[in-house]
Amino acid sequence: MGRDQRISLLAEFFRQLGEVALLSSRTFRNLFKRPWEKKIFLQQLEEIGVRTLPVISLTAAFGGLVFALQTYIGFHRYIGPGSEAYGGPIISLGLTKELIPILVGLMAAGRVGSSMAAEIGTMKITEQVDALFTLGADPNRYLVVPRTVAAFLMLPCLTLFGDIIGIICGLIYNVVVMGVNGTVYLRNTLLYLELWDVLTGVLKAGVFGVIIAVIGCWQGLKAEGGAEGVGRATTRTVVIASISILISNFFLSKFLPGNLSL
Amino acid sequence: MIRIIDVHKSFGPKKVLNGVNLEIRTGETMVIIGQSGSGKSVLLKLLIGIMKPDRGEINVDGMNITALRGDELLRATRRFGMLFQAAALFDSMTVAQNVAFGLERYTDLGPDGIRTRVADCLAKVGLSGIEGLMPHELSGGMKKRVGLARAIAYRPEIILYDEPSTGIDPIRADAINELIILLKKEMTVTSVVITHDMVSSYKVADRIALLYEGRIVEIGTPEAIKNSANAVVQQFIHGRAQGPITNW
Repeated sequence: MGRDQRISLLAEFFRQLGEVALLSSRTFRNLFKRPWEKKIFLQQLEEIGVRTLPVISLTAAFGGLVFALQTYIGFHRYIGPGSEAYGGPIISLGLTKELIPILVGLMAAGRVGSSMAAEIGTMKITEQVDALFTLGADPNRYLVVPRTVAAFLMLPCLTLFGDIIGIICGLIYNVVVMGVNGTVYLRNTLLYLELWDVLTGVLKAGVFGVIIAVIGCWQGLKAEGGAEGVGRATTRTVVIASISILISNFFLSKFLPGNLSL
Repeated sequence: MIRIIDVHKSFGPKKVLNGVNLEIRTGETMVIIGQSGSGKSVLLKLLIGIMKPDRGEINVDGMNITALRGDELLRATRRFGMLFQAAALFDSMTVAQNVAFGLERYTDLGPDGIRTRVADCLAKVGLSGIEGLMPHELSGGMKKRVGLARAIAYRPEIILYDEPSTGIDPIRADAINELIILLKKEMTVTSVVITHDMVSSYKVADRIALLYEGRIVEIGTPEAIKNSANAVVQQFIHGRAQGPITNW
């Protein structure tokens, strides 16, 4: 790759970053302006929350099961038989702080982000976004704000739900399937899992929600060139949102305090 | 009076409008003709503020549309109604919700008032009783008429028509032409029609302007356009493959 090519790639990256920053700041400013699109907001709560619930349940259940499976093997092999009951806090901590928020984020990027990009992209290429403007509705206030707020609120709810499913499935695997002492497992889990651990994951999920909605809407609003353009916007949304979630998760884990007293 | 003053617009290296100057009088129907891709639709979008020109000014009764931003611009669009080329109906809403969309934002009408106005507008375009249908259940011509009902529902002063007769059969196209004439008479609106259909142009226009190479090269009454000595105008209005536009 030549020097000119590298410079133009870098320029393109910063141009796109600028577009996202502009859209985000406009969305933030519009949060405080009227009219509030209540109907769209409620529809999005249902779309992002209720309709994503089955996928999240399944993902969280198998996430919890596989995490419990590996933790059991780890304790059994390295500490010794009988120590598996001490895996409860590790499973719960790993699930609530990292695994469930990330799984929820990635699943939502695939299901919700792509549907936002496809819906808004189709509206863009069929001039429905222009029609909104001519009929007195600011496209950002009508399309982006309700989706962003709904995603910001619903991803933490989905994460909390996923936490419960994951922890229960972890417990079922260890106690019911592998015969670990249930009392010790549960006591350890409740003793060492802190509220802040759960809140950290919930907070991360809120950030992921904003990332998914902003990227989905941004890609939808810049879609062009017919069905192919909508397809491209959808794919890009899933890829960019997933990568952004993984990167931001590292920084959030790094900079959020380990516990509330710190 | 709408004044388009030295408007330029480019998309990347492609210069679409290259110094457009045009005056549209209050209450007249101005038809802008030109080849596909000549920038007619761009000109309409600049007029209503969907796009911003790179240079130049668009003035509507002394108000500079190009200088308006945000909510100010959104308020100014209240004066405009627009019929889009493919109608641009909101496909997640019923016909009634589509027609009521602007009414809910631009007027103080209550639910009953909105319902009555929606029924009136649909009757005006000859589509009474289809309030509950979804856009995918309508034919191309019906979609255009619902789009027109939506554009006139809040009684704008200026109506912009983007290719009103494209994609529909000649009889439906003529019905749309009749509607444009009827609306002009009943609502005394200023109309700007973008088209390359000369039959429609002659029927609805008070004046016709030809957009060519990013500029208005000829403007006049339908009669004056028919008798124009400009070879570009003659090639376009007669739809000849040979002439100065195609360099044959």
